[in-house]
Amino acid sequence: MQQNVAPQTVPVQAAALSKKSVKLSHILIYAFLIILAIICVVPFYIMIIYGTHTNSEIASKFIIAPGSALVENYKSMNENVNIWRGFLNSLFISSCSTALTLYFGALNAYGFAKYKFKGNKVLFWLVLATMMVPHQLGLVGTFRIMYMLHLLDSYAALILPAAANAFAVFFVKQFIDGTIPDEIIESARVDGAGEFTIFNRIIFPMLMPALAALGIFSFIGSWNNFMGPLVLLFTNDKYPLPLLVQMLQGYYGTNYGVQYLGVALSVLPIIIVFAIFSKRIIGSVSIGAVKG
Amino acid sequence: MYSKALKKDSYGYLFIAPFFIIFIIFGLYPIIYSFYLSFTKWDGFGNPIFNGLTNYQRLLGDYLFYKSLFNTLFIWGISVIPQLTVSLLLAVILHEKFIKGKSIFRAVFFFPNIVTAASLGLLIGLMFSWQSGSFNNLLLNLGLINEPINWPNMPNFMRMLVSSVLFWQYFGYSMIIYIAGLQGMSRELTEAAEIDGATKVQVFFKITLPLLKPIILFQVVTSIIGGMQIFDQPYTLTNGTGNPDNATLTSVMYLYKTAFTRYQYGYGSAIAFGIFLVIVIFSIISFMLMKQKTNNENE
Repeated sequence: MQQNVAPQTVPVQAAALSKKSVKLSHILIYAFLIILAIICVVPFYIMIIYGTHTNSEIASKFIIAPGSALVENYKSMNENVNIWRGFLNSLFISSCSTALTLYFGALNAYGFAKYKFKGNKVLFWLVLATMMVPHQLGLVGTFRIMYMLHLLDSYAALILPAAANAFAVFFVKQFIDGTIPDEIIESARVDGAGEFTIFNRIIFPMLMPALAALGIFSFIGSWNNFMGPLVLLFTNDKYPLPLLVQMLQGYYGTNYGVQYLGVALSVLPIIIVFAIFSKRIIGSVSIGAVKG
Repeated sequence: MYSKALKKDSYGYLFIAPFFIIFIIFGLYPIIYSFYLSFTKWDGFGNPIFNGLTNYQRLLGDYLFYKSLFNTLFIWGISVIPQLTVSLLLAVILHEKFIKGKSIFRAVFFFPNIVTAASLGLLIGLMFSWQSGSFNNLLLNLGLINEPINWPNMPNFMRMLVSSVLFWQYFGYSMIIYIAGLQGMSRELTEAAEIDGATKVQVFFKITLPLLKPIILFQVVTSIIGGMQIFDQPYTLTNGTGNPDNATLTSVMYLYKTAFTRYQYGYGSAIAFGIFLVIVIFSIISFMLMKQKTNNENE
């Protein structure tokens, strides 16, 4: 009998205890969260503030308020590095790469999901296996084939390989398997539509929810790509933002204000986009994680 | 009817063909060509000269290669342990009902993950520079030090700084994945346990943690593959040098520098396959540990 009594009294005590300790533990938890949030934000704050100061101000003390050297820093940065050109380059490369990844990823996923051809399973496993292979393995060979195809120092060298994105195939196939019934395709065939018309006109638009999430990943990945352009591009005018930022180090090794400003200008678009779409972006990561 | 269906099925090849053509040209061929190059001496001009296993023999005795592997594992290890634990703690906290401002915290913690790694590397490099670094100036203004410390000249500090950048960039990402896992679990189990008088800590260790195990292991394996490829952050943090004393030279940085700044493409390819072998070994070990653990639980 005593054993039966015990579990009933424990929660009562625990409840009484927790009411006292609730506030303290909540305060500790919030303190932990807020401190971590500050750590996350401070470098970005410093980046923006320091970009508005002269080199001598930066060298002399720790700064927390904005300064007056923004225009001056911007002008001296513009002498060597055209950051807006880099921005447009990044935008172009990332948009084209994302478009290729989405269209050919979906095309391939649809082929695997809806056609029972010979070797379907084996080839699909092959696609999945390529996800495990690190990109750097073929780095030197990539350089070589781009040279052979006369694609070195061209945007195409960065954009074309995006058409073979294994994760995109995996991601879209999961979506097709779960949401696109065979009946839709059958009835379109009965109406006389060709196979590619069915895909382009009917299936592709239906994949939009998956493609939106995938597009976000793909765009961010391409936007942040550093090693690809580092190896494949040589002309400053063609450099995307990450390479221009790296170039600042070479041109302005000791001019800190300019370097901070350059970093800030490369990060600000990301801050703005994230401020608007943070829920969507985080949502895409969660979907990707659950599917993966 | 059957023959008609079969005819349609062969259309599948047309749908998958573009992907495979691109993959063979830009994915498979470069790997095979790199493998071939790893048995040659090639400076980018003229034709590669076959030299057998010379590159691999050199690799086995290359102190810098081992050092770069050590650096990579050191930097990865120091960042991944707090990354996977702090993020788990945060996920559990932010999954609690009573917390206010969840979505803001999630967004702030996740944000560094989508920022260009190259920009972050440069930013942290600027903040921790010797004479004009904001970190030194902060310490000076607070009176904690009397003269600036030469952080960029301290090997272990710089390694840990790279680890910190990686942690900063990835703990929010891990957290989002854990939260997705927690949201997939029914609350019934944990609520039933709490009604039975289990404390939050007990619920975490006895129920939440075991249920999250597949996600934890997934994160460990992917972080091994990703961690062995660390490049952007140490590269921009040290202006491409890997200084001081090659302490922040990661394996992939060593590969890049050998092939693309010293033009030893053959040896660079051998390094690439050396790194790949290490990744394969670590992946197999983690898979085996995973299997062993699940077997133990079943017994």
